[in-house]
Parts: sequence; structure tokens; C-alpha cells
Amino acid sequence: MALVELRGVTKIYDLGGEKIHALAGVDLDIESGEFTSIVGPSGSGKSTLMHILGCLDTPTGGAMSIDGIRVEKARPKELARIRNRKIGFVFQFFNLLPRLTVQQNVELPLIYMGYSAARRRERAMEVLGLVEMDNRSRHRPSQLSGGQQQRVAIARALVNEPRIIFADEPTGNLDSNTGEKILQLFHELHAGGRTLVLVTHDPDIAGLTPRRIEIRDGRIADEVDTRLVRGTEQSRFALTRDDRDAVGDSPREA
Amino acid sequence: MDFGAVIANSIREIKGHPVRSFLTMFGIILGISSLVAMNAVVKGMENGLKEALIEMGGMDKFEIGEEDELPDYQAHLGDQIPGLTMADVYALQASAPLLSQITPAVEMSRWNSRLSVRHEGRFARPYRLYGTWPSYMELEDHHVQHGRMFNDIDEEMANSVCVISTGIRDDLFGSPESTGEEVIPVGRTIFINDMPFEIIGMFQHYETETERKERLERMRLIREGKIKAPSNGSISRQGSFIYRLKNNSIFIPLRTMLIKFMSSKSEEPEPVQRIDTINVRVPDLESLDASIQQARNVLMITHRGIEDFSFRTEEDMAEEVQLTIRNYRVSGAVIAGIALVVGGVGIMNIMLASISERIREIGICKAVGATDAAVFNQILIESIFLSIIGGIIGLAASQAVIALISSLTPTDNTPEVTGASLIFALCSSVMVGILSGIYPGLKASRFSPMEALKYE
Ligand SMILES: Nc1ncnc2c1ncn2[C@@H]1O[C@H](COP(=O)(O)OP(=O)(O)OP(=O)(O)O)[C@@H](O)[C@H]1O
Ligand SMILES: [Mg+2]
Repeated sequence: MALVELRGVTKIYDLGGEKIHALAGVDLDIESGEFTSIVGPSGSGKSTLMHILGCLDTPTGGAMSIDGIRVEKARPKELARIRNRKIGFVFQFFNLLPRLTVQQNVELPLIYMGYSAARRRERAMEVLGLVEMDNRSRHRPSQLSGGQQQRVAIARALVNEPRIIFADEPTGNLDSNTGEKILQLFHELHAGGRTLVLVTHDPDIAGLTPRRIEIRDGRIADEVDTRLVRGTEQSRFALTRDDRDAVGDSPREA
Repeated sequence: MDFGAVIANSIREIKGHPVRSFLTMFGIILGISSLVAMNAVVKGMENGLKEALIEMGGMDKFEIGEEDELPDYQAHLGDQIPGLTMADVYALQASAPLLSQITPAVEMSRWNSRLSVRHEGRFARPYRLYGTWPSYMELEDHHVQHGRMFNDIDEEMANSVCVISTGIRDDLFGSPESTGEEVIPVGRTIFINDMPFEIIGMFQHYETETERKERLERMRLIREGKIKAPSNGSISRQGSFIYRLKNNSIFIPLRTMLIKFMSSKSEEPEPVQRIDTINVRVPDLESLDASIQQARNVLMITHRGIEDFSFRTEEDMAEEVQLTIRNYRVSGAVIAGIALVVGGVGIMNIMLASISERIREIGICKAVGATDAAVFNQILIESIFLSIIGGIIGLAASQAVIALISSLTPTDNTPEVTGASLIFALCSSVMVGILSGIYPGLKASRFSPMEALKYE
């Protein structure tokens, strides 16, 4: 069983009569240790999918499980627990609490895990070290640059040792230089064995992740998995999802 | 979840908006301080009542006074009212065996007649001058500390003697605090309405235990020169009303009073001589009602059926005071209740404003794992925290309120803040915090993380 499994997941927004099919049936498996990027035009449903993956939102239809736990029928309390223990989420706009210090922001998930103040501090400083922000632990978000804020947000997403990290356009608000550093951090995390899912507009960024998913009109339109074309450096030689379906060797059809 | 973190967060919220938080707490501060202050005032009054009942020498007695207003069916007899006379006293003595002691009294006070008391250019301000029989001392539980009480011979001879209380001494001869020693003016002559009277006795100084301690301490400090002696301070005009009354009285024999001040010419008090009150002691509290009935029967005959007299028991007095106390308590509770409700609404309002301001933050907390319950608790505890702080400030402010009340209406009784009222006040503020935090807490906790994060 894959770490994350989606079967026929839909999300329909009902705007007073007019129904918007933000997700129109998504099947997706994410294995532990994968680094996946999601691309697609604006409004295609990338964020909607990420929010459902991150258990911040619930699907309208379909089935979904994370780490073996069924999510679509879970009660709010269970979802909170999954978000707390299994998931790290990195937002485009950082979403740090402005009145808390860097360290307190990173400690936040641990508070809800019931860590003692001393252990929270220790663990927070540990991950802040990982993102090279431990020297700014007493600063407030407003005293940091965008890239630094995003590092802190990544530290917060790492602090609970999540099974999977979701990042919705983490570099969208950063200049390309800073964004690159953040991406480098993601690649290091991947190299360290972590599972990551990344939404991006930038084909160059997507080109560097081992697995790429393209979303169009709320559906997975295309998928590239470089691991299936080992030895090939250029993605245009890679097998598409349709190709795999044709040869019938997709691991996800098992 | 970690309680310390929640509290830290609450403190941060309050610090983030100090003015707003204070305004929010204002209602609570007002409510709690008036609650405590009212409680203290009421407690003081109750203390005063208890003191008074003891100082007035028990409940097993009643007072017969004149009643100007006749019952409706006798209104036309208004010009024939006999009034209380010595004849009534004699009749009661003869025909009301239940009454164990009957004491007539005539009262002159600063308020209803000209009353000047002087000694060598100094004037006293007695609350009352009483002409009565020696037995009156028992009724009011007086104790002569220096000299003696006038006796039946003084009464018989209508001697110009008086027994004074310490307040009169303070006025005429100086208080122990101003003179540095206790003056005992027994044997001196003073002038009451320009007529000479010999002081034959002085009562003890009436005061509570705490007043006594404070007075002795003050005396010690004066003697050691630590504080300055007051030039003419009379300590006898402090304390609750009953003490002030007892400490500012002059007693003379009834006949002396009648002859010297009521222009009675005869040697023997005539039966027609008007008096103010007849004070009756009964054997015990159980026979009080029967005794009153007996006295009424006798007086109905001597007054030819005209009911121009009334009976006043200590119970009546206690009831009056208790009614006043109850009124105070009810109005205090209403004021405090309204203030607390207003305070609670204020807190709820602020909490609602604060959560719509913080919806994004709430969304972030939920995104990293805060459960609905954790969010609810956070809001609830913040609200309780606000109202407890308000409550504590209110407790401090209550001192000011008590001082204000005491200065506006100088009651006879020092307000007393009890521990129970403090605890009750704190519990009330916690209750207000809980009640006003529930709705905002529920509202905040119900947002889904996505709704909250997208909220603008
Ligand atoms: N809360 C909402 N209510 C109604 N419609 C919504 C809501 N959220 C998203 N949508 C709609 O769902 C569709 C998918 O939106 P989504 O935000 O997932 O797109 P996206 O791929 O992330 O786009 P972008 O690249 O611009 O971020 C859009 O048509 C959007 O208008
Ligand atoms: Mg998006």
C-alpha cells in the first residue's frame, strides 16, 4: 500500500447553483521517499489537490488514505491528528504567526503534540539548525526576509517528523535566487529520505524532481516518472502515463 | 495540550492590545469592585447591628412612646390626646404585673431643644440629656467607671447632679489624647442651660475591641512623642452610632429634669406631668408579647381608649435595620450583576473581534494540528484570563470604592471585607469569563482550516 492513495477524488465548489468541479476524479499514489512535483495552468486545481492531500480540506467524493488511515470520512479531530503527526505543509505565503518568535513558530506543532517546553525548544532548535535559521530563533517573522521566513516555515513543517511534506508554490513569493536555495533545501531533504510533494509553475523546477504530475481541469493529464526511464536525462524521452497504461506496467494499477 | 503555552499566548494577546484589553476588563473591574464593596458595607452594617443589640442591653424590653398619628377611626379625637404622663407609669406599676421594671424618661437633645453645656468657656455637644431613674442604666447597659450613679435620694431631692459619658468630658476637660492623661472630672460643676450641676459619675468609654486597641496604640505613640497630640480631638465621636450615642450622653435624675427643664413646679411629680418614653423590662423574651398586651390594656384605660401611644421593641429596630441591610444587599447585587453582565458582554465582544482578526492565525494553528477543542480552549482560557485579571484589579479597586462610599455616606459602621466575599468575587469573574468565552470559542473552533486560511 502506498503512503498516499487517492481514488476518484473529486472536489466540487457549489457557488449558489453554479458548481465548480475543481477536482474531477483524481487517482494518485505517492510512495514513501518520492519527490513529486505538480504542475498545471492556473485554476487547474493544483492547490485544491494539495489542500486535500494535506488534510486541510475534505474531498467531495472519492476515497483517500494516508499512511493507511482513511481520510475522507474522518472526523475533524482525527484530521487534526493526521495534520499534526503525519503531515508537514509549506505555504506560498509562509503563514507564520506574526506575534510569535521564529522558535515559537516552529514549536507550534509540538505544542499540539503535547511536548514539554524543554523538549519543544530542543527539537525546534534542531530543525532550525537544519534550515540554517538557528541564529535567528528569537526574531519575529517581520524581521526576516521572505526566503528566511520560508526556511522557518519549512522548519515548522519538519519539526514533527512528518511522513510527507506538501509545499504549495513555496518559491512563488521569492526571487529566483532565493527560490533556488529553498529548492536546494528540498532536494537535500529528499536525499535524506523524506517524501515531498511540490506545486510549482516553473517547468525548470518541475524538471528537477524525479516525478512530475500535470493537472488540467481538475484531472491528472500527464505524468512523468524519471525513475522509469533510468539513464535518460531528457524528460521528453520519458514514458508518459498513457504510455505506461498502454504497456500495462504501471505500478499504480496493481 | 500545554497549559503554560496557552497562558503565554493569552498574555501575548493582552499585551498586544493593552488599551483594548483594559477597556474590555472595565466592566468586570466595576462589577467585581462594587460586589466586594457592597458586601463589605453590608457586612459592616450587620456588625453594627450585632454590636448595637448587645450594647443596648438585650432584647427583653420595650419602649412605650407617644404616637402623634391616631388610628383612622380615632382621627377626630386628635385634640384630646392625653400623651404619656407619670400617671401611666403609676398605672403600669400598679396594674401590669408582667412588667418587671418600669423606667420613665424625658429626653432633651441638641436637635429638639436648646441645650448648652459649658464649663469654664468650653462647650460640650451632647447627643442627648436624659432625665430618668437610675434603673435606666440597666436598660442601656451603662457602666459607671468613676464616681457613682445618682440614686433614689438624688431623685427624691431632685438634686442637681449629673452623670456624664467620656465624650462630654473630652469636650469640657480635654480628651486623654490631647491632655496626655485621663481627666476624671467627678466633683466638678458644669452648667447645663446655665444651671449648675455637679458631676457625680462618669461612664466607661464604650468602644469595640479593635477600637480599644487602636486607641491604646495611639495613646502610646503620643506618649512616646511619635505622633502629635490632637489639640482638641474627641475620640468619642468615632465608631458606630450606638457607641457615639452612649459616649455623648448626660444623665440627670428625672425629677431634676422635670423641675429644672420642664417647668414643673410641684415637689412631687404630678400625675399629669408629660414624659417622653416609658422603658419597660420584661422577665424574659418569651413574655414580651404578653407584656406588651398587658401594658396596652392598662394604657387603653388611662388614655380613655385613645391609642396615642406605640410600642417599640428591639426586634422592631433590628427588623428595620435588617430591612435596610437587605435593601442594600439587593441593590448591591443588582448593580454588581448588571456590571458583570455588561463586563461579560464586553469580553465576549472583544473575543469575537479578536477571533475575526485572528482567523488566519487560527487557520495556521489548525493546519499544524490544533484540534477544535484546542482552539476552543485557547479562546476560553483567554477570556477567563481577561476576566480574572479584571477581577483582581476589581478587588484592588474595591478598596477605593469602599473609601468612596464611606466618604459619601459616612455610615456608622466600618465596612468589612470578608475572605468569603473575595473568593465569591473571584469565582464570579471566572464564571463571567467562562460564560462570555463559550460562544466565541465555539465560533472560532468551527472554522475549517481551509476557510480560516483563506479568510481575508
Ligand atoms: N473556495 C473556493 N470556492 C469556489 N471555487 C474555488 C475555491 N477554491 C478554488 N476554487 C476554484 O477551483 C478551481 C481550482 O482552483 P485552485 O486554487 O486549485 O487552482 P490552482 O491550480 O492552484 O491555480 P493557481 O496556479 O492559480 O494557484 C478554480 O477554478 C478556482 O476558482
Ligand atoms: Mg494555487
